[in-house]
Amino acid sequence: MKRFNSMLYITVIPLFIFVALFMFVPLFTMISGSFQPDGGGAFTLTQYTEIFTNPYYLKAFENSILISLLSSLIGIAAAVFATYAITRFPKHIQERVLVITNLTSNFAGIPLAFAFIVLLGNSGLFTLLFRQFGIDMSAAFDLYSWSGLTVIYVYFQLPLAIMLLYPMYYAIQDNWKEAASLLGASPFQFWRRIGLPILLPGIAGTFSILFANAMGAYASAYALTGSNYNLVPVRIGALVSGDIFARPELGSALGVLLGLTLLAAMLVNEWLTRKVRRDLL
Amino acid sequence: MTRLTRSLPMVAFAAVLIYLFIPVIATLLYSLATSWNKTILPEGLTLQWFGELFRDTRFIQAFGRSLLLSSAATIAAVVVIVPATFAISLYAPKLERWVQTLVMLTYAVPGVIMAVGLIRAYSGKGFSMIIIVFGAYVIGMLPFMYQGTRNSLRAVQAGSLMEAAELLGASRMKAFIRVIVPNIMPGILVSALLSFSILFGEFVLINILVGGRFETMQLYLYAKLNTSGHIASAITVTYFILMAILSAWIVKLTGRTSKPNKEPSAAVAEAAIPTTKAMMSKEAS
Repeated sequence: MKRFNSMLYITVIPLFIFVALFMFVPLFTMISGSFQPDGGGAFTLTQYTEIFTNPYYLKAFENSILISLLSSLIGIAAAVFATYAITRFPKHIQERVLVITNLTSNFAGIPLAFAFIVLLGNSGLFTLLFRQFGIDMSAAFDLYSWSGLTVIYVYFQLPLAIMLLYPMYYAIQDNWKEAASLLGASPFQFWRRIGLPILLPGIAGTFSILFANAMGAYASAYALTGSNYNLVPVRIGALVSGDIFARPELGSALGVLLGLTLLAAMLVNEWLTRKVRRDLL
Repeated sequence: MTRLTRSLPMVAFAAVLIYLFIPVIATLLYSLATSWNKTILPEGLTLQWFGELFRDTRFIQAFGRSLLLSSAATIAAVVVIVPATFAISLYAPKLERWVQTLVMLTYAVPGVIMAVGLIRAYSGKGFSMIIIVFGAYVIGMLPFMYQGTRNSLRAVQAGSLMEAAELLGASRMKAFIRVIVPNIMPGILVSALLSFSILFGEFVLINILVGGRFETMQLYLYAKLNTSGHIASAITVTYFILMAILSAWIVKLTGRTSKPNKEPSAAVAEAAIPTTKAMMSKEAS
């Protein structure tokens, strides 16, 4: 009955060859490489024991997780309110605001880091401006330190958070609000009891994506200080790229752990959302 | 309390907008400023930096390389992914779950992890690393191309179209090329433009795998960061204008939703957008 569908094979096989060559083979070699000593060889856990005993790499994970959590929290808190404001505009303005927001998302990585160097770098516009007023900003804020990096991370989180949250507000219908207010609920009560529980899974999912986005971000930090920031992606980049200190096996182990961190974050997030949502309702 | 809950969103919106735009405006002004060291606004405006930039053959070459690499990878992604998506969603729906897992995987794995894997797998084994980056780009565009194509196929009801075409005597391949492809073209174009703009800004893979041997626009910008602020601003602005043109094109293709009678092609293009639009903002670099 079922006839041989040549079209299916002709189209699907090239795709799977690409996927195998550029997705599975690299992931597999990375995982197997992480269990080898420097320069390759028999199975060993030395790369992992080195990471877990070397405070430098543990610090990199701590830094990465902290800046990702912080930038995602700030980004999502601002975006939850800002996106709500956008949904209150007339439809044609909403469209325009979204297009413009999305456009700023191209300001990521190198161009973004550069824009902030222009604004807040050692001879940045704001830095000089404040100096004119006799305020030395460097005491409170240094672009090349963690505060600077947080400012940049929040910047690239915002457009993403807005684009992801925007469709979710359409799940909340205006007549629910009317119904709630007819029954005597204040706007605050409405959001606390109805709006937030409905939005929560979406917000949590968005938070997951933002967190993963920041955990994997490499270009912005790299553009600011080369390999100086002790972040996991920057460490990985330094360990594998072709300079004298290249230790690809150790880089692979860091890569595996980074992937596991992302996976763990996703699972914890899912579990937490289910729990919190039940409590709210 | 009521006033606070009313005004908080507007305040947040204004703050976000200012936050997002100050860096863009500052970079634009800086690229046009003669000198800007001690004053609030630039001391004078000039196109000198752009002139210098466009006369720099290194810039033109870097721009050309970015254009070549991104468009070649985009075209390859269209050729490899669109027909496969079509065939899977029509003839092997059981595979869809697997493909979707794959799509999630390609989206979730950070570029730096891909870079480690690709270096371990292919570096120093006689492969040209540019080809490797090219292949990784094609697969990296899977989420955008797959979702866009699938939504477009739904929007045109590809199944019924194929039945009609085959009833009229067209072979499967012919029906696909002559009937389906023209119908989902706007959607393909939108996905392709999105892919192109993401690839044009890609930095991680090209920097770690290839580096200065194949200097793209992003690598050129990185090299210029610490030498000339004005030139670097001019590069950033040029890049930003290119992205603005691409997004304007996408917006035009997808049409305004406020338009009362939507053209069918606009609906197809729009079907390509919702998932991809949000994904685009990922720090693709």
